[in-house]
Amino acid sequence: MLETLETQYADALQALAASESSEALTAWQSAWLGRRGVITASLRATGQLPPEARAAWGKRANEIRQLLTEAHAEREEAIRSAELLLDLESGFIDVTLPGRQRQAGGLHPSTRILREFARIWGEMGFQVYRSRDVETDEYNFQYLNFPPHHPARDMQDSFYTTKPGVILRTHTSPGQIRAMRDLGAGGTRPVRVILPGMCYRYEQITARSEVQFHQVEGLAVGRGIRMTDLKGTVAAFARRMFGENARVRYRASYFPFTEPSMEIDVECFLCGGAGCRVCKYSGWLEIAGSGMVHPYVLRNGGYDPSEWSGFAFGMGPERSAMLRHDIHDIRYFWGNDLRFLEQF
Amino acid sequence: MLVPLSWLRDLVDVDVPAEWLAERLTLAGLEVAAINYLGLPQGAVEGVRWPASDHLVWDRDKVLLGAIREVRAHPNADRLVLAMVDYGGDSLEQCVTGATNLFEFKDTGPLEPPLWAPFAMEGAELWDGHSEEPKRLRLRERALRGIPNRSMVCSEKELGLSDEHEGILLLADDGSFRPGTPLQDVLGDVVFDIELTPNLARCFSILGVAREVAALLDKPLRRPATDVLAEGPPIEGQAAIRIVEPALNPRFTLSLLRDTQVGPSPLWLQQRLRLVGQRPINNIVDVTNYITFELGQPLHAFDYDKLLARADGAPPTITTRHAQPGETLTTLEGARRELEAHDIILLDSAGILSLGGIIGGAETEIDENTRNVLLEAANWNPVNIRRTMQSQKVITDAGVRFSRGVHPAVAADGVRRGIELMRRHGGGTVAAGIVDDYPLPPEPVQVVLTVAEIQRIMGVDFSADEAAAILRRLEFTVNLRGNQLEVTVPEHRLDISSEAVTGQADLIEELARIHGYDRIPDSMVDDELPPLHADLALEHEELLRDLLATLGLRENISHRFSSPEREALLTPGGGPGFHTQPYVELLNPVAPEKRVLRHTLLTQLLDSAAANARWRETQQVFEIGQVYLSQESEELPREPRRLALLMTGRRRLPDWQGDADDGQLDFFDLKGVLDRLLASFNVPGVLWGRGEHASFHPGRSAAIRSQDVLLGHAGELHPLVAQAFNLSDAPVLVAELDLERLLERSSWRSYPLQPLPLTPPVYQDIALVLREEVSAADVETVLRRAGGDLLHDLRLFDVYTGDPVPPGHRSLAFNLVYQTDARTLTDREVAKVHRKIVRAAENQLGATLRA
Repeated sequence: MLETLETQYADALQALAASESSEALTAWQSAWLGRRGVITASLRATGQLPPEARAAWGKRANEIRQLLTEAHAEREEAIRSAELLLDLESGFIDVTLPGRQRQAGGLHPSTRILREFARIWGEMGFQVYRSRDVETDEYNFQYLNFPPHHPARDMQDSFYTTKPGVILRTHTSPGQIRAMRDLGAGGTRPVRVILPGMCYRYEQITARSEVQFHQVEGLAVGRGIRMTDLKGTVAAFARRMFGENARVRYRASYFPFTEPSMEIDVECFLCGGAGCRVCKYSGWLEIAGSGMVHPYVLRNGGYDPSEWSGFAFGMGPERSAMLRHDIHDIRYFWGNDLRFLEQF
Repeated sequence: MLVPLSWLRDLVDVDVPAEWLAERLTLAGLEVAAINYLGLPQGAVEGVRWPASDHLVWDRDKVLLGAIREVRAHPNADRLVLAMVDYGGDSLEQCVTGATNLFEFKDTGPLEPPLWAPFAMEGAELWDGHSEEPKRLRLRERALRGIPNRSMVCSEKELGLSDEHEGILLLADDGSFRPGTPLQDVLGDVVFDIELTPNLARCFSILGVAREVAALLDKPLRRPATDVLAEGPPIEGQAAIRIVEPALNPRFTLSLLRDTQVGPSPLWLQQRLRLVGQRPINNIVDVTNYITFELGQPLHAFDYDKLLARADGAPPTITTRHAQPGETLTTLEGARRELEAHDIILLDSAGILSLGGIIGGAETEIDENTRNVLLEAANWNPVNIRRTMQSQKVITDAGVRFSRGVHPAVAADGVRRGIELMRRHGGGTVAAGIVDDYPLPPEPVQVVLTVAEIQRIMGVDFSADEAAAILRRLEFTVNLRGNQLEVTVPEHRLDISSEAVTGQADLIEELARIHGYDRIPDSMVDDELPPLHADLALEHEELLRDLLATLGLRENISHRFSSPEREALLTPGGGPGFHTQPYVELLNPVAPEKRVLRHTLLTQLLDSAAANARWRETQQVFEIGQVYLSQESEELPREPRRLALLMTGRRRLPDWQGDADDGQLDFFDLKGVLDRLLASFNVPGVLWGRGEHASFHPGRSAAIRSQDVLLGHAGELHPLVAQAFNLSDAPVLVAELDLERLLERSSWRSYPLQPLPLTPPVYQDIALVLREEVSAADVETVLRRAGGDLLHDLRLFDVYTGDPVPPGHRSLAFNLVYQTDARTLTDREVAKVHRKIVRAAENQLGATLRA
């Protein structure tokens, strides 16, 4: 009688040894030890045996189940290890295949530079003041010491509107007058602002010139603002923007709304001043126009120029971005070509 | 303006390298945009950088001044001659040349004086005169039609002076010429190209620049001579001036030269004119140009006999006045011009002579037969000159100078120096004296400047003596009175204001400029800080940008110009739309499609999307910026800011493992972005209502409100609009929101947080079969109301139509979360509220529970 059990045991062990995968093992488990498995059936059959044979049969069947369960566990462990080893050894992917693309967003390069300007000037106490795009001739020119027919108007070709005396601002400087009048409390309070905004000039659209561009104008008005302060402040900006060692140069220049006026150059950060294509081999990059606020402009802002003084500067974020990223075509900025924007 | 160093040196000693001087001028506001070298090597100056120049440097040993002693015929060629050149060597060098301007001397025997010309020896490097493209060559011995040749007499082109290659360059001996002198020492030059800002009108001449150089280098200025050898009878009675409006024509001077001979100018004068970009014409016209460039005083020469003839032999009287409507003038270059009231004209008894200060008339111009010259040096109102140049579309060297401002004092110097140069180079007799009508001499300008004011503006402690010394270098007259400078402005300057504070600022600028901006120290502002005025709207706008970028959208910035026709495309059915609102319209647009300022951001966004469709199937972008709403009642438009979004293409980007496509972006992708945005900004009471905007698909778009306030519209673009903008068939999702309303209604900084729950939630699902017209929002409202406080949250997780759901119905399935902080809910409590919810759905919405 017990031979039947021993034969089953031997067959089960043989089948177990022949199971070489997790799947085969699962099948073995259900064939021999599962609810309808052979061993389980043999255990269940105990009751149908003659009473004298039951004890030995049941004991041996239980032992076999126990032995097979242990053998299965051992075999399972061996197969898992083998399979893990197989996976580790053969589960190689081509890691140079491209990753799955994620849809990424991003900010326009002008926004990024405008933010950088605003952050640096903010650290120095200059707050953003926004001003309108469509302006009157008075604010854009006359209050800023550009009388009608002044040759300096040739420096900035305007877009005129069908309303007489209404133009698109050619620079952010009209915001100087608006900020002084708005924040200066009738010429009794100091003002320290930056005026970012879009400006418009009547130009041919080419790789080097656009009909619209951002400017960031800065203005400080107080009772003791001096030219040395302008120089020191702009130099501090240049160090923050272009690095601690940025060298700055000042050239006399002309803007109707400042006097003295100066252009500010920073040593070319690409070639370190040795001369390269970007700085046109001069070693210098023009970064800002600036000067002491003209007495006439202070007066138009509501201040008494014999007691109050100020400085102003203006710079171009697109130009900064072009220098920084070696962009040669200003038309990229408003073209919204995703191939350009995706690089930021 | 072109400034040859050789000409500058006539007026001031320059003992510094050209590159250093150019740098110094640039820093002082006379921006040297380029340095052009003629034959001389570029100098290297410590600390000064200029772009490397690729000009031809004349070898000092091989490119020399040659004296052609004789010109002989070439035995084998008619078009070649043999020039016998003395270059300072032991013997004459025989030089085979085709220079046409030597042919007239062929076989005329020894030349005394010789012809002076540039001469290049074997091994010298020159430009190839026969090459169209710039090409260098090195001289080698070779035979020309059987005669050996190893040297060359040179044309301007071969030396790099100009493109002239018609003959060789012949030079005028000024008495110092020695054969064999390196050509560098004779013709070598450096020409500065200076860009002048409008305030530097005084520098629009060699004299003006020389004056700045003298001040910068602290050297004396040598003024050009204004002596005249005037041996003729007095000019009085021979010509007269009548100025009708002195404000237009503050000064008018005339001088008269009789019995002169029109011919070519001397070579040195021609050379100088060429160096400043002028083409030599004849000795009379060239002198007018020479004085214009040297002194900055434009001159005009009349043929005196033509004036006499027009006055029937009587002495001419020239009148200056405004033009009258209908008057016309044919100017020198042949244009017939209709004159306008702001033009200033010169006329005599027979009619209009010229456009004052800008260009002469054709009828009285100098020609080769002119014998007697009446020379004009006048002064004109800059504003009128500027307006006339603009309206008549004519720009001349004279007009450019007068439009920027010339001091009337210079007129008399100009007329004297001009007539004398004409006499020297054309011969003849100058009438004694000049006609000088000077009705409006400018008031002398005086400014009082204190050391304290200098300190207040500049922040630098100048002593009164130091300040005075600098101003005197610029020819200001300064009286010192303690710490006070009483400054009289010199005659050549029109840019110093007589108004006290402005005049002081003008002088402080001069002090800073000459002292050197780089020598002014740096300081930080220690002035009182103004009150803070944070721009919260801007801060929120920036947060919005960051959020949209995080959600996968790229920021666009477009041109803010548009056209009504383009914006009309957004209203496909006709009728009112963006284009029917009043526009800010440009008088001078750069293109018809950019002739107004936009009313919407959508047009540019769609145009960009159509362009990008060539490269990108999937696009997700946004733009923030103002639109411009013209108002009848106000001079200036409103400039409200808008936010626009555009999404189109695939929800997921394809990859190499095959198409992981799970569909096209649709309304709910856009809504998901906007939901996130509105939630992040805590916009209260957001309602998505039926679409009501003509640009959108009526069924797949919505109006978004916060409580009763319309924030904007979102949805699928109307198919006809998509077609009009050449967009493909894929749905294009767009939205345009009123940014100001959105930000006004948001509370980014301050809003209550939900406390974290203390009790476990109970989850139940419910699936309701409803008529299709019942909106999801309505169902949600009913469920929430019925669920009361115990229904903590619900989320729609499935929408199903089709069998077994009856036609005209759909099934909506929700996850419900029951929870209350008061206690842990029992099964009975949950069952009770759940039943209540089901009943409410059945009774209020006609729903049935889906099996």
